[in-house]
Amino acid sequence: MKKLGFLLGLAGLAALILVPGMLKSHGIYLFTYWLIYVIATMGLNLTVGYAGQKSLGHAAFFGIGAYTVAVMMQAGFSFWLGLPMAALGCFAVGLVLGFPALRVQTIYLAFATLGFNTAVWLVMRNEEWLTGGTFGINNIARPKALGVDFDGNLNYYYLVLGIAVVLALVLWGLLRSPWGKAFTALRDNPIRAESLGIDIRSYTLLSFAIGAAYAGVAGGLFGSLVQFIDPAPFTVDGSIMMYLMVVVGGSGYFLGPLLGAAVGVILPEWLRFAQAWYLFVFGTAVVMLMIWLPDGLLSLPDVLRAKRLSRQASADRAAAAQQHSAQGAKA
Amino acid sequence: MTDFFQLFFSGLATGSIYALAALGFTLLWQASGTINFAQGEFVMLPAFMMLGFMSAGCPLLLSFVASCVLSVVVLGWLFKRGVVDPLFKYGMMPIVVATIGLSIAMRNAVRAGYSAEPQPFPNLFPDQVYDLFGVTVSATDIGTFAFAIALVLVTQAFLNKTVTGRAMQAVAQNTESASVLGINVPRMIFYTFAINALLAAAAAILVTPTYLAKFDMGGSLGNKAFFAAIIGGFNNSRGALLGGLIVGVCENLAAAYISPAYKDAVALIIFMVVILFKPQGLLGKKVERKV
Repeated sequence: MKKLGFLLGLAGLAALILVPGMLKSHGIYLFTYWLIYVIATMGLNLTVGYAGQKSLGHAAFFGIGAYTVAVMMQAGFSFWLGLPMAALGCFAVGLVLGFPALRVQTIYLAFATLGFNTAVWLVMRNEEWLTGGTFGINNIARPKALGVDFDGNLNYYYLVLGIAVVLALVLWGLLRSPWGKAFTALRDNPIRAESLGIDIRSYTLLSFAIGAAYAGVAGGLFGSLVQFIDPAPFTVDGSIMMYLMVVVGGSGYFLGPLLGAAVGVILPEWLRFAQAWYLFVFGTAVVMLMIWLPDGLLSLPDVLRAKRLSRQASADRAAAAQQHSAQGAKA
Repeated sequence: MTDFFQLFFSGLATGSIYALAALGFTLLWQASGTINFAQGEFVMLPAFMMLGFMSAGCPLLLSFVASCVLSVVVLGWLFKRGVVDPLFKYGMMPIVVATIGLSIAMRNAVRAGYSAEPQPFPNLFPDQVYDLFGVTVSATDIGTFAFAIALVLVTQAFLNKTVTGRAMQAVAQNTESASVLGINVPRMIFYTFAINALLAAAAAILVTPTYLAKFDMGGSLGNKAFFAAIIGGFNNSRGALLGGLIVGVCENLAAAYISPAYKDAVALIIFMVVILFKPQGLLGKKVERKV
């Protein structure tokens, strides 16, 4: 089973490397867009899915990352300095946002983070001297490194893919470490986790900060992909969409963001045939998907297994009852 | 100073509409643990229902009554049966995401099926202004405020004074004991959804003349309703009224005296302060954590 999983992962990675080479430029662009959202929602999956902190402010970090890189590049710094700064900046802001989570939980926390998102968005829109306001920041260049120019769509895609793979491996390692166990303990029962000696205070803050750092990196890559940023993608709606991606893909499943981001980014593109109605179809699809698989797409194997087991159990019970009554008739 | 009072009164009118949406929101939360992210769209849809009835030739009041009935069926019964009931046992996250999907679907169905342009909407109240001790107050503001407050008070009285209302409160407080006492729990929960739909329809007829009927009118309204509900106290229905009025008034004053660009931040700042110092809301009761 483990070997199979490894082989499947390898095949998936090979597909991610090979397929975009055969696509037209819009297809490559879309794949890159998708991968960037995968990076961002990986972070949110850590906060929401593993640590159980209901965060609805992820797009704010995405935006902070994007603006950090854009503003720094405008000031003449390199992209390669901007990207780590975006991650660090978001990590710091994430730590601060974690503090309300120490006081309030569940829906209150969701609205506190949502409020934070609105505040960040208002700053992006109104502080024109820094962010260009609604006009945004134009002509964000794509980076160069080691003689490779990432200006072309395909080259840039490979850059994003590389960063996504590295970040995924980091997250994988993190989740397998005692830290990862502490996060899930925090989600499942904070009081018991505390009584077992887990410092829930620092883990709550860390879950926000690490998740935010992922969004920051994704934001930096996003600005450079689109080459133009304005406050629009970083609204509360953006955060809600990311939350939707995590839950639809399967929150707390490592590969959930891959599917969730596909639903959020690629599905609407596929639905373009429905023209003016495409977002209506999308919304309806999300509702139906939730009713069908409340724990997300990746819970499908679990649901099927549970169904098979329960069918088997009821068949066994029926057989046992039959045997029992047959014995009774004999006696 | 007259400016101040003028802003204060029109803020009260807006705030009372927020209160209506917020009240429905808290009732749903209390009775069924549903966080309705489509609450704004629940106000938007009846507005378009009324427009539909009116273009079919009905007068405003008749369209309002018809829309109320239709809202109870669609936004009350259908919403409960189709979305909430199947997801109820899976906790908060799936319902939140399903209502997000629902809000996207409703918004865009109206946009594609009716119009993307804002539609004018007739005013329920006469277009008149009064002069009260030097302060100009419009009939719309007075009417809106009076109608909304009356509705909130009637809902309160219904919840506190009638047997059905008390049964609904019992369900909200402790579902199991309520069902042991012979209360028909599913029916009480349905009543809550029906009341939410009615309040939304009432909010629609009050808010649309000023804000115009538009597919995305629910967005900011829904947000304000959430904040108002939490500021007042999420587990207390009187809190929704208080929260709504506070948000409406402060917003109006801040837009005039501080900066219109940060008007939307006002609800947020009050909300943050409340969350930090009194997380259960101004009128809310503290809920103890269970292991």
